[in-house]
Parts: sequence; C-alpha cells; structure tokens
Amino acid sequence: MRNINVKLLTEVVADMCKEANYFLGQDVIAALEKGLHGEVSPAGKEVFKQLLENARIAAEEEIPICQDTGFAVIFVELGQDVHLTGGDFNEAIQEGVRRGYTEGYLRKSIVKDPLERVNTNDNTPAVIHIDIVPGDEIKLTFVPKGGGSENMSAVKMLTPSQGAGGLVDFVVNTVNLAGANPCPPLVVGVGFGGTFEKVALLAKKALLRPLGQTNADPYYAGLEKEMLERINRTGIGPQGFGGRITALAVHIEVFPCHIATMPAAVNINCHACRHVERVI
Amino acid sequence: MEAKRIQVPLTDEVVTQLKAGDSVLISGVVFTARDTAHKRLAQLLEQGEELPVDLKGQIIYYVGPSPARPGRIIGSAGPTTSGRMDLYTPLLLRHGVKGLIGKGLRSDAVRKALQENRALYMAATGGAGALLAKRIKAAEVVAYHELGPEAIHRFVVEDFPVTVINDSYGNDLYSSGRQRFAGE
Ligand code: SF4
Repeated sequence: MRNINVKLLTEVVADMCKEANYFLGQDVIAALEKGLHGEVSPAGKEVFKQLLENARIAAEEEIPICQDTGFAVIFVELGQDVHLTGGDFNEAIQEGVRRGYTEGYLRKSIVKDPLERVNTNDNTPAVIHIDIVPGDEIKLTFVPKGGGSENMSAVKMLTPSQGAGGLVDFVVNTVNLAGANPCPPLVVGVGFGGTFEKVALLAKKALLRPLGQTNADPYYAGLEKEMLERINRTGIGPQGFGGRITALAVHIEVFPCHIATMPAAVNINCHACRHVERVI
Repeated sequence: MEAKRIQVPLTDEVVTQLKAGDSVLISGVVFTARDTAHKRLAQLLEQGEELPVDLKGQIIYYVGPSPARPGRIIGSAGPTTSGRMDLYTPLLLRHGVKGLIGKGLRSDAVRKALQENRALYMAATGGAGALLAKRIKAAEVVAYHELGPEAIHRFVVEDFPVTVINDSYGNDLYSSGRQRFAGE
C-alpha cells in the first residue's frame, strides 16, 4: 500500500492543463510536417505552414495553441494499492483544473447549465474517467477537448448486418458532413462495439493514442488505413479549402458487443490534438 | 499565390475585386462578436435602435480570445465556428457590415445576403490562435464587458491572414475546393 496525498494531484493537474495547451506533442508536429510535404493544394500547404509556425509561437511564448482551451477531460488509472489521503480525490482534481486554467491564462469555456449558459469562470467541472488497475501508481491523462470538433462527433447504433462497410461509411459520412467546421486536418477517433455509452468513451480514448501508432490487430489497422484513405479522397482538405489531407490519422478502439448490436462512435478532433500524461 | 492586401473599412470596390480562394492580408480595425453579442446586436437593429459601435463598412471577427498575460495585447485569438451566427448575419449585412471572419460553413441565407449586399466571408486558420494573435496590434473591449471573452472587442490588425470563402458573386471555396481535389 502506498499513501498519496491528493494535494499532489492538484499540483500535477494544474501543470498538465498548461502543458497540454502550450505545447503541441511531437507526434502531431511530425504529422503536420508530413502533411506540409504531402499536400498538393497550395492553400492547403499554407495551412500546414501556419499550423507549424503556430505551434512554435505557442511553445515559445507559452500561449495557448488554440484559444479554445477545451473542456478538461481527465483519464485516471488508479492503482488498487494506492491509499489516497489529505482530502477529497475528485475535488483535488477539480482544484487542479481551476488553478491551471486561471494561472495559465487559459480560456474558461464551461457554462453551468446547458440552457441558462452562465460561465463557471474557472473551467470546472472537469469530466473525470476512472479505471482501477493493479499496482500502486496513478496515471493521469489530460485532454482539453475543443467544442468545434466535439460538435461534429456522432454515435450510431449500427446493425450487425451492416458489417465493416457500414462502419466505414458511417465514419466517412460523419467527416464529410462536418466539412470545414472542425478545423481539418483532423484526428478521427472511432469507437466500435460495447454499449451505447461505452462506444463513445472508446472513441474518445482512441484520440489518446500517439499519431502514427496503429491498432494492434492487423485487421483493424487495415480498416484504419482504409478509412483514412477514403476521408482523404473527400477533397475537403486543410481547413476545408480543398486538398488531399483532410485527416492526419484515424484510430479505432474495439470492444466486444451484444449479439443484437453493433455500436459505433466517431469523436472528431482537430489538428490541435492535445494530451499529456503523468505517472505519480 | 500572392496574398492581396486590403484596408478596412471596406468599400464595394475592394469587395468586388476579391474572389473565393484569394489569400488576403487585412489591416485596420476589426470588431469581434460571438453568439450572445450577435443576439444583442440583432435585437437592437430589429427595434430600430442604435448599435453600441458603428459597423458600416466594418469587418466582424468571430472569436473568443483566451485571456492576455500581463503586458501582452491579447491571448490566443483564432476563429470560432461561424455557422452559429448564421441566424443574425443577414440582418447585419443589410445594416452595412462588409466582411466576416470565422471558420466553417455558412447557410444559404448568409451566402445570398453576401451577394445582395456585396460583402465577403473569409476564413482564418482555425487552431492557429497563437500565430493570429501576433497580427493583432491593439485590443480593447468596446461593448458588453460583462460577457468576458464574448464581449465586443475592437482589434487593430496588421496583415491578418485570411482566405476568401464566399465572395460577392456567389462563389464558395468550400464546395469548389472540395470538387477540385475529390477522388483518386
Ligand atoms: S476545433 Fe480545435 S483547432 Fe478548431 S477552434 Fe476548436 S479546439 Fe481550436
């Protein structure tokens, strides 16, 4: 058993909020550089140039990559041999978000009620997903999720008879309908299987995988490739200006499902695919 | 493609020279407004009342910047999705607004109103808020302070990079660009 004071979580989370919003990951930068060389549309090339320059300025000046610094989504893998001390675990994480967004000059984008729409002014509450795992460590993954791309995401209960083709069509159509809105080039997270709520979570988790890493199962890795190729044949291109690179990557996460169902979810992320991890 | 430099306020002459797909560098004043500010502006116009800022010949930029660090002009300041403003935009165009900057698709009604009123819809790169902030040389809140990032700001910009999406002739880069590169 290992004692961990929750105050440590507050500090770490506050730090992660800033880090994720100022520093674009090397995997995304590499994908943007590849895009700059691969894109044939001149307007599209210009977008890649601007995005790379943007990432450089953001890191240098410690200002957010994008002004939409997102909904704070936090994945926690909590080791079952950890004993949390010093206060309320959930509140410690919320306090970390509160501090990170305030101290880091990040935008507060959360409203308290979906209809009344009054800002909470500190970007809380965060959405927290907890998994209990073996061991005595805590792994935190912080994902600030932008609203523009979240708005273009979708869940669909496909029928088993629709097969792989049905899944591919659903993913490509979702991207097609989104057009320029979610700031392409995109990272497309796909959840497949599970239940209605599980599939949406799988799609979000798919966004955490480093760009360039495929699904471990060669069959699904092939499906990822097929979906990416079809998305890039839509012609939408960077920022919707027309071009050959509409998405940088498609990641699929798969889970068993009920004999009567075949749930699918598409969580669209923009090129500002921000996530950081820490192990305590 | 060489970018064209334009100065705000915009005249019919400048607007009609620009076509969908043109890269443009804007200098001068742009006013920011998002959802709530649009709602309020539209209400004032419908009631025949005066607006808190004169928007004739002006450009509206759809943006909710992140807070500025002390000593800085502005935080990150890239475009937000324009479609949410579609309901109010034709009215503002009839009132004399000449340019709109945002990202993403507009409604048929907006595209028609751009043609009828000789105005432009332009896109800045979504997610390039740090780069775009460098082109903003001054910023002040001029109306609706209480709305925080949603308040109306007056920006002075220099060589602010945008691409024309919908011109005053009814052309649409989002559909022509897609057609040009689709397939294979
Ligand atoms: S979709 Fe992404 S890049 Fe575009 S405004 Fe939202 S967070 Fe920023």
